[in-house]
Amino acid sequence: MIVLIKGARLLGAEPTDLLLRDGVIAEIGSGLDGTGATVIDAGGLVALPGLVDLHTHLREPGREDAETIASGTRAAALGGFTAVHAMANTDPVADTAGVVEQVWRLGREIGYADVRPVGAVTVGLDGQRLAELGAMADSAAGVRVFSDDGRCVADALLMRRALEYVKAFGGVIAQHAQEPRLTEGAQMNESELSGRLGLRGWPRVAEEAIIARDVMLAAHVGSRLHICHLSTRGSVEIVRLAKQRGLPVTAEVTPHHLLLTEDLVAGYDARYKVNPPLRSADDVAAVREGLADGTIDAVATDHAPHPVEDKECEWDAAAFGMLGLETALSVVQHTMVDTGLLDWAGVADRMSFAPGRIGKCDGGDFAQARPLAAGEPANVVLVDPSASRTVDPAASVSLSRNNPYEGRKLPGSVVATFLRGFPVVENGELTQSSIQKGMR
Amino acid sequence: MIRHLLSSSDLTREQATTILDTAEEMARLTEGRSVKKLPTLRGRTVVNLFFEDSTRTRTSFELAAKRLSADVINFSAKGSSVSKGESLKDTALTLAAMGADAVVVRHSASGAPYRLADSGWIDANVLNAGDGTHEHPTQALLDAFTMRHHLGDLDGRHIVIVGDVLHGRVARSNVSLLATLGARVTVVAPPTLLPLGVEHWPCEVSYDLDAALPGASAVMMLRVQQERMNAAFFPSAREYSRRYGLDTQRFGRLSDDAIVLHPGPMNRGMEITAEVADSERSVIVEQVTNGVYVRMAVLYLMLAGAGDGTTGQEGAA
Ligand SMILES: [Zn+2]
Repeated sequence: MIVLIKGARLLGAEPTDLLLRDGVIAEIGSGLDGTGATVIDAGGLVALPGLVDLHTHLREPGREDAETIASGTRAAALGGFTAVHAMANTDPVADTAGVVEQVWRLGREIGYADVRPVGAVTVGLDGQRLAELGAMADSAAGVRVFSDDGRCVADALLMRRALEYVKAFGGVIAQHAQEPRLTEGAQMNESELSGRLGLRGWPRVAEEAIIARDVMLAAHVGSRLHICHLSTRGSVEIVRLAKQRGLPVTAEVTPHHLLLTEDLVAGYDARYKVNPPLRSADDVAAVREGLADGTIDAVATDHAPHPVEDKECEWDAAAFGMLGLETALSVVQHTMVDTGLLDWAGVADRMSFAPGRIGKCDGGDFAQARPLAAGEPANVVLVDPSASRTVDPAASVSLSRNNPYEGRKLPGSVVATFLRGFPVVENGELTQSSIQKGMR
Repeated sequence: MIRHLLSSSDLTREQATTILDTAEEMARLTEGRSVKKLPTLRGRTVVNLFFEDSTRTRTSFELAAKRLSADVINFSAKGSSVSKGESLKDTALTLAAMGADAVVVRHSASGAPYRLADSGWIDANVLNAGDGTHEHPTQALLDAFTMRHHLGDLDGRHIVIVGDVLHGRVARSNVSLLATLGARVTVVAPPTLLPLGVEHWPCEVSYDLDAALPGASAVMMLRVQQERMNAAFFPSAREYSRRYGLDTQRFGRLSDDAIVLHPGPMNRGMEITAEVADSERSVIVEQVTNGVYVRMAVLYLMLAGAGDGTTGQEGAA
């Protein structure tokens, strides 16, 4: 298949043409010859490398009522992602080579986006014994990111061992930083508002204390550390200090922590219940600054689908988490690009190159997060920054509807997504996936 | 005049005063009568939806509704709430189908009455009878009613509230209502039992009970659950009573016309000694009686005149 993309602004720069052939970017330049190619007029569109999500809950196996690998990767493709890291808190937990290979293979067969399984750090996410990290790394899934996400690896010794152990195969521990004792029964950010609403508080210090500890542990053993979804000003400051000291610490922030604040909780609408919780406007400002100056390396969605009944209930009984894949780029444009904090090259870095480096999926046969250059895999997304839409949860291809942006007007739209040269999204709509057309 | 009563902080001073005045009228109309019933809410249905046991609150609402001649349905959904099973939504749809005009809801989850009121599942008026650690507005109203009865206008009066403010819905509701009514409120508790941001509440905060008592017109002692001890909120029940309990000695420091309140149920010997609880100036039993009048007033103001042909000729308020 040959595709000629005409007049796209590469990472927001001057318009040029891209020729995609046999899964790679064959040529870049102006006035390319489109003989035999499907021609796409990309005037006014920005071309970005296919986005890479470090933090996706695909729910399969176990909760196929909330999301499946098929529905989740469709949502990913529509959001401009060509690779997602599937979190391990499934049922069964992704803590063995068997489970991660199954998830990886299903992703390959469905073909809308590459699925990179995240392996559990501990058996059953129980925080007691290390899972067989090496077996998962050596499996066909080639796991490099390990996380007990949903839970914190709270035991300092276990965390130290995990950090050390994964050095053998270039892995990284992605920590869900939440001191468990400080957050027993926690429901929302601990603040004046939580006091007024009578909801148990989730104090910032519960996140910051774990990050500070883990930064020191990583320094001590000389390991890479990745911090999931950091949400507070204090966390940004700790990571900034760690980077100033040259420590190999990376961090991600979610789109919702870039935009939403705890005030939304006031009506007890459980769509706004998420872990870590929505924080204050000051924290939002701090994570935006952190993302702009590179303290925070990546945006990761923490896409967390839940069935209606798990949200349409009492706040205490509701599940934590919100959808994110289909809205992430729009939220980043709204909070970072349209505010002048980040240009499109910066977006490419925070949503593709950096997560690709952290997840070690930027090399090998199915390399992601590669530069837009001749000879590189043709993972490309075309974005229309001038578009805008009012978010309608019912329009989502996710199986779930826990969308916190309902009714909000957000800028930007993904016009096309190419996975290794094949358009999985065209004119803002899903196409038949590559595998269904016999393309691999 | 009131669509829902979810939080006492939603009440303006005028609304709160109207409720208290109406409650006084209810007391006047029913107290001397042999038949303590007013026909005001005949044909209206009030549902007591209790996801959490509280016989005293449920009975009080039941009595209030019956005295206004409403039909009362007690719907106990205990154990089916936060655990899976019959959901809040299904329950609400059931009650809507039954034609409930008002739903009095008690729930262990903060905000559950808000879900009921805002969801569109049911059209009824919603009355919060205590939700988690959030609010219990009719308790605050009955406390204010009781205080007003003894002290007159609460404007400028000093009220001291002592105990578990962090987990206590009564404290939250009382602080905001009393402040709305112009009283000066001091909450007293160990720092561990005060919520973050309490300094922004419309009250003063103290860790020292002895310092707070002089000049108080009323002292409200809140129930402190002994289990809190295990979560390290305080070292022992004895230490708690020593520092924050109301005993005869502390009671003696109050002015002669000051009154003592407790929303019940009491831990005698913990936050309050038996001598104080049973003393002349303790109005704890009165609070129970007043609870019925206040709840009558709220139900009346919510339901009467809001529908068809329910204007009671008794003309309360
Ligand atoms: Zn997490």
